[in-house]
Amino acid sequence: MRIDIEWLGEMLQRDLDPEQIAEQLTLGGLEVESVRLADTDTDTEGAPAVDGVILDFDITPNRGDCFSVLGIAREVSALNGARMEPMEVPQVPATVKDTFPVTLAAPEACPRFAGRVIRNIRPECHSPEWLRLRLERAGLRALHPVVDVTNYVMLELGQPLHGYDLHALSGGISVRFAEDGEALTLLDGSRVDLQSDVLVIADDSGAIGLAGIMGGQGTAVSESTRDVFLESAFFSPDSIAGRPRRFGLHTDASLRFERGVDPVHQGRAIERATELLLDIAGGEPGPLVEEVAAKELPQRKPVSLRLKRLNTMLGTGLEPGEVEAQLGLLHIAATREKSGWSVVPPDFRFDLEIEEDLVEEIGRMTGYDNIPVVAEQSPRHVGLATETVLSEERIADTLCSRGYSEVVTYGFVDRELADAVNPGADHVSLKNPLSQEMGVMRHSLWPGLLLAAQHNRSRQQPRVRLFEIGTQFVRGAGGVRESRVLAGLAIGAYQPEHWEGGARDVDFFDVKADVEAVLALAGRGGDIEFQPADHPALADGQSARLTLADDAVGWLGALHPRLQGRMGWKRPAILFAMQLDRSARARVPRYREYSKFPSLRRDIAAVVDDGVPAHRLLQCVRSAAGDALHDVTIFDIYRGKGIDSGRKSVALGLILQDRSRTLTDAEADRIVASTTRQLEHELKATIRE
Amino acid sequence: MASPAGLLEQAQAAVQAAGDLAALDAVRVRYLGRKGLITAELKGLGRLPVEERASAGREINRVKQAVIDGIATRRERLEAAKIQAELANRVDVTLPGRGQPVGALHPVSRTGRRIVDIFGAAGFGVRSGPEVEDDFHNFTALNIPENHPARAMHDTFYLDTGHVLRTHTSPVQIRAMRSEGAPIRIIVPGRVYRRDYDLTHTPMFTQVEGLAVDRGISFANLKSVLYEFVSSFFERDVELRFRPSYFPFTEPSAEVDIRSESGKWLEILGCGMVHPNVLRHVDVDPDEFTGYAFGMGVERLAMLRYGVGDLRRFFENDLRFIEQFR
Repeated sequence: MRIDIEWLGEMLQRDLDPEQIAEQLTLGGLEVESVRLADTDTDTEGAPAVDGVILDFDITPNRGDCFSVLGIAREVSALNGARMEPMEVPQVPATVKDTFPVTLAAPEACPRFAGRVIRNIRPECHSPEWLRLRLERAGLRALHPVVDVTNYVMLELGQPLHGYDLHALSGGISVRFAEDGEALTLLDGSRVDLQSDVLVIADDSGAIGLAGIMGGQGTAVSESTRDVFLESAFFSPDSIAGRPRRFGLHTDASLRFERGVDPVHQGRAIERATELLLDIAGGEPGPLVEEVAAKELPQRKPVSLRLKRLNTMLGTGLEPGEVEAQLGLLHIAATREKSGWSVVPPDFRFDLEIEEDLVEEIGRMTGYDNIPVVAEQSPRHVGLATETVLSEERIADTLCSRGYSEVVTYGFVDRELADAVNPGADHVSLKNPLSQEMGVMRHSLWPGLLLAAQHNRSRQQPRVRLFEIGTQFVRGAGGVRESRVLAGLAIGAYQPEHWEGGARDVDFFDVKADVEAVLALAGRGGDIEFQPADHPALADGQSARLTLADDAVGWLGALHPRLQGRMGWKRPAILFAMQLDRSARARVPRYREYSKFPSLRRDIAAVVDDGVPAHRLLQCVRSAAGDALHDVTIFDIYRGKGIDSGRKSVALGLILQDRSRTLTDAEADRIVASTTRQLEHELKATIRE
Repeated sequence: MASPAGLLEQAQAAVQAAGDLAALDAVRVRYLGRKGLITAELKGLGRLPVEERASAGREINRVKQAVIDGIATRRERLEAAKIQAELANRVDVTLPGRGQPVGALHPVSRTGRRIVDIFGAAGFGVRSGPEVEDDFHNFTALNIPENHPARAMHDTFYLDTGHVLRTHTSPVQIRAMRSEGAPIRIIVPGRVYRRDYDLTHTPMFTQVEGLAVDRGISFANLKSVLYEFVSSFFERDVELRFRPSYFPFTEPSAEVDIRSESGKWLEILGCGMVHPNVLRHVDVDPDEFTGYAFGMGVERLAMLRYGVGDLRRFFENDLRFIEQFR
């Protein structure tokens, strides 16, 4: 809300220093977002420009009472130690007898309705410059004297008013809930369909306004309106709340009614509006008529405020007298009780319902900055530093030191790209996405990584290595299943350009080493298998499924040429992904004494069919060589001259070592012999000498 | 045969002539080896008359020792020369090293870790919760009933009926207190979502929520922990101010501003005393326990710490940005 500081000063009957008042209100809980000079070019009539300072407030939803000059003036007063007395509004005597009948058909939603007929206004009149200026500085446009006056009073007192063209009304007004299927054309020309929980103003012809939100088109005042009917009602916050959002109609009126307007001053607002309207456009007022359902008006219930509780919560040592003085400034009535007070908040406050609300009031009147700073006296707490879950921090640090940079991409992605990566996936979609590109929750981190890599590659960064740790969302039985995932992407040269020469492109095995490094952190290197398997996002024959005890826990492979083309890349990208919930369950190391005896190395060159995976060769060696095998490596793979086509020669290096003695050459030879027999038997290997 | 003196002279000349260690070794073999010239002399002593043997023996042994010493001296010199020659092979130490350059941690992670570390040292345990939340945990249990105007403060992304992308990390307060009760001290980092996208808003950002519920916790304690956090985070004494504000799940509520180096007040977090309705929702007796809660935007803190002017940089994932935060 914006107001001209001069208006506030007029109500407080003193000059205000803008910066000082802004700081005081901000520290009192009414945040002044900005203090700025009024634009003088809004003076449309060529009148001399008047300097002005506008205060722009960000008022929290609990303070409905502060959406007016009056409300803010009350705060300024209280913060300066003076209680502001109610504003005097003279009663305007009636000069005609005309009234218009009003029925409170939903008294729980509208327990008070003040109305007045005013005849024979001069519609050709314009609002005076001072009034126009105040409206404009509050962000409202001057339109029509009746509209201007109702807006002015709303800004001044916080009570939204509505002016009807008396001749457009038929029969009498009834404030009631809409009937299902009822419809209404609003002031702005839009048509809304109503539901039975929407409060309307109706006449004999049907709904003529959305109560507390916006009036209808058919009964609005116009250039030719001479006789008007003014409405000043109290609509309970419950009967308005949520409806503006439903209709997408957040109006100045709804803003105030949703948060609660003073339920007793409707008559006063009409008097004020009448006074102003007569000054501007003349007219003959009828009597002020007020319909009240007294039992349904909001009742301020007494709240107990305990001095000890107050001081405990704030950490202060306030004396009873100080508290009483502060309550008084805020128009809160307090009666002493044994341990504190029974207090009754004023009618205009809807936010003081429990003891803690009053604690906040005393806190802010004291000034949060005057509350002491006291360290907690908490018992010692020894934290848990688990080793059984591999921390995401260690994973991230490891990948960083292996040359990957971390990215953070949005949780929602483009459905089309998501489908290209995971065709047929049942995506979790948003009902109200910001755009198509952010339409579905990610089923995989790859779409985000692909776009991040593309962003960088199209900005002269050909070598890109990225990873992300985040949540992915899969629709499962019982709703959305979230899991933590590590994913990465590498494209471009394996290493940066170097003075010894350019590096080759990154390949499957470079990235496999990075994946293995992460698995090794969890002590899981040996448990996870890389199995050849196809994934729709990965190139056939260049992808592996990571499995742990037969469950798929991740993927590694080269990007499918179809997606590579879509990204516009001429070089292959290597991607990986791992479910952390499964693969990051870490094994706590269990130390085993290392052998103090020397090891022996024996090499075997086994020629096997091309289709025999390395994994099987190694498994075969391990089972045949037994306990004496300390390690086995593959140190060469050869195809070509001297080897039958469809076969390959794999050079295996066996490191043999006993835990209790030095192995002899004869023993090593026996182990090699039984290993080669097993290779020949199981994998149809021929051994090259 | 040569006289011992002649032999010595000849041997010493050969030692001096040896240009490297291999040549020197050949000299050693030629004179001192099993079939060497001096060895032969010693073997030949037996053929001399008995009375000459002793003096001839002494003479030859003297020659032998002199040759041994000469070779040793020469060896030392040649070895030193060899090391010198090797050292002459200098590398250009200014050339760049070889291998993978180190990657960078995203500044949001880097900042989030520091926040968690600082509160971890103060006894706060880390908790997390789902990003897809139900209406109850995201709103109702946090004292934001249906139709409450505060719901408009959170532009919410909706999934199917009853589910939203969490608009804050506060629902984890509810989950943690439900399972652990009070007293409790937790810190909750996580991604949150709001349907807002402009210069100063991104539809996803990162929050860290803090919660302490215990007997006798006061607003003064909240001020203390935040003062300590801020000075620890910025590694300097920072001026703070607490402004009354409104959050449905805290009462009293406050927003906290820090004084920037240029003297401007900048909002960094929201906080307050846990609302009794929140405590009741998790079966904690508000008469026995009080508590404070706070929530801060990690990107916001990273912007202030590292001088980043534009929030959207955090989500463009441009390496020219990220790599400045190794």
